[in-house]
Amino acid sequence: MPADTARAVAPPADVAAASPRMHRPRRRLRTIGSYTLLTAAAVVVIFPIYITVVNSLLRPDQLVQQPPPLFPRTPQWHDYTAAWTTGQMSKYVATSAIMTAIIVVGQLVTSILAAYAFAFLRFPFKRTLFLVCLVTLMIPFEVTFITNLDTVTSLHWFNTYAGLSIPFLATGFGIFLLRQAFLQIPRDLQEAAQLDGYGHLRFMTRVAVPLARPSLAALAVFSFLGAWNQYLWPLVSTGGTTPLYTVQIGLKELLGTEVSQIPVSLAGAVIAFVPLVILLIIFQKQLVRSLTAGAVK
Amino acid sequence: MTATTVPAGPAPPPAPERGGGRGLRTRLRKEAALAYVLLLPALVLFGAFSFYPFLRNFKLMLYETPPVPGLPSRYVGLHQIIPTITSTQFTQSLVTTIIFVILVVPISLLLGLALAVAAHRKLKGMAVYRVIFSSTVVSSVAVASVVFGTLLNPVVGLLPWLGINPTPPALENTTWALPSVALITIWQFLGLSFIIMSAGLQSVPDELLEAARIDGAGSWTRFWRMTVPLLSPTIFFAVVVSTIYAFQAFGAVDILIGNQNAVRLHTNVLIYNILNTLQIESNPGAAAIMATVLFLIILGLTLLQLRFLERRVSYAR
Repeated sequence: MPADTARAVAPPADVAAASPRMHRPRRRLRTIGSYTLLTAAAVVVIFPIYITVVNSLLRPDQLVQQPPPLFPRTPQWHDYTAAWTTGQMSKYVATSAIMTAIIVVGQLVTSILAAYAFAFLRFPFKRTLFLVCLVTLMIPFEVTFITNLDTVTSLHWFNTYAGLSIPFLATGFGIFLLRQAFLQIPRDLQEAAQLDGYGHLRFMTRVAVPLARPSLAALAVFSFLGAWNQYLWPLVSTGGTTPLYTVQIGLKELLGTEVSQIPVSLAGAVIAFVPLVILLIIFQKQLVRSLTAGAVK
Repeated sequence: MTATTVPAGPAPPPAPERGGGRGLRTRLRKEAALAYVLLLPALVLFGAFSFYPFLRNFKLMLYETPPVPGLPSRYVGLHQIIPTITSTQFTQSLVTTIIFVILVVPISLLLGLALAVAAHRKLKGMAVYRVIFSSTVVSSVAVASVVFGTLLNPVVGLLPWLGINPTPPALENTTWALPSVALITIWQFLGLSFIIMSAGLQSVPDELLEAARIDGAGSWTRFWRMTVPLLSPTIFFAVVVSTIYAFQAFGAVDILIGNQNAVRLHTNVLIYNILNTLQIESNPGAAAIMATVLFLIILGLTLLQLRFLERRVSYAR
């Protein structure tokens, strides 16, 4: 259909050939227009982050200046030191890093194992059990956290890494994503491996997992983002005299109302945001893949 | 016992099958056993942290917490449900959440679509623009709240300089508190919206738009008559996903407004109300009832999406 339309609409070859030269000034104008628009949009989108970085480098008296400085002429780095040490961001970052690592690794392992079973093995209730895994995606965490809090408390996991991470170690999304990836692997390959004497575990670790690397990366990035940024669970499942706060909850603690405290909390926000910007720049493709997994077939 | 040699060594694999039903049956049984072992970790975790709490939520709904702390909760059956969902606090919270969703979803999706269309042309340096437009997707609610908390600050931010300075300040103002929280969420959603819309645009055949252009259709016409209809499955997906997310958003309220002011400033969104009912009022029964309402809303949205996806599959031949 599309090809037909295109052919029917643009038949005379000489006109088509002439048009680029005729429209060159107009096209350049359009390109300039596009760049102007894109740059303006980019400035608006990035402005909140930019001004946060600038403000985190200002002295309190510069903060209240009018008009507000849009560039730090004498950058003050001591608010970063303050956020990192007295603001305890170092502790929060470590907690978040450990919790995130446990969740990412755990989700990868449980998803690989379950997805392998669904993709390569025959067993009774396969369809039912797969549906069971998918149904978990429809149960919002906002419903389950009430009881999970009781469960974690009765297991003495309140305010521990176990409590922070174990409820998230399995994910229906991960199982679904990896099953799709495993199903792409040609059957012949499995038969060939079997002839070579590969058992299932060897086939999984030597063939299936390496071939599913793009999906594994997408899942890893996705669960990293979710774990690092989650707010509700760390908020309710930590506390007490030596609270095991993650970066997100730490930021809430850091947020003061006094003007002198503002650059410190802004520095904290920058510290919390930087790892994710690096993640985005390196793994943009994988992130996009995982975020649009349900949108584009 | 006899089958232990089957997986090891390059013994002719079809042999057990040909050798009769017993070898095959043993192999199938071993395969099933392996499958269940592989599924075990995920299923145990789902059972403990998804299905059990989901079911227990219904049980919690039937028990009332007495107003005096320390006393055991009392079975009241279904009698607690109607008073809870008709209480002004809950209905107000539901209305607040719906207004919040209506503020956030259309604006963030339209802006995301606009950015995606702008970034669709193949130009030099587009990769940089794409990173910038997607960047807010990695921002957590806490980061976004700290960032905008300062931007909306009555003394420090840009607002006093621009002369836009409501009294009381935006985040302490009954009119502007909810739009402020919505603004933060819109900014936070923009990246996701851009990413989804861009992925959708890539599936729209360029030849089709090019043909319309040669046909003399202006960019405005092309956008509304071609891009948007062709993108409708993507837009629908984005609407459902961001509506579900918006129903679950509460972090900015917790960080910037707090439980003392949330009700007064009309920012007591559903999740925040559930959280405070659970933690401050120590009333798990009422919290469970409200959580069930939220679950039903999200379930409805998810089913809507699934039905639509099914229809889409049948359309595509």
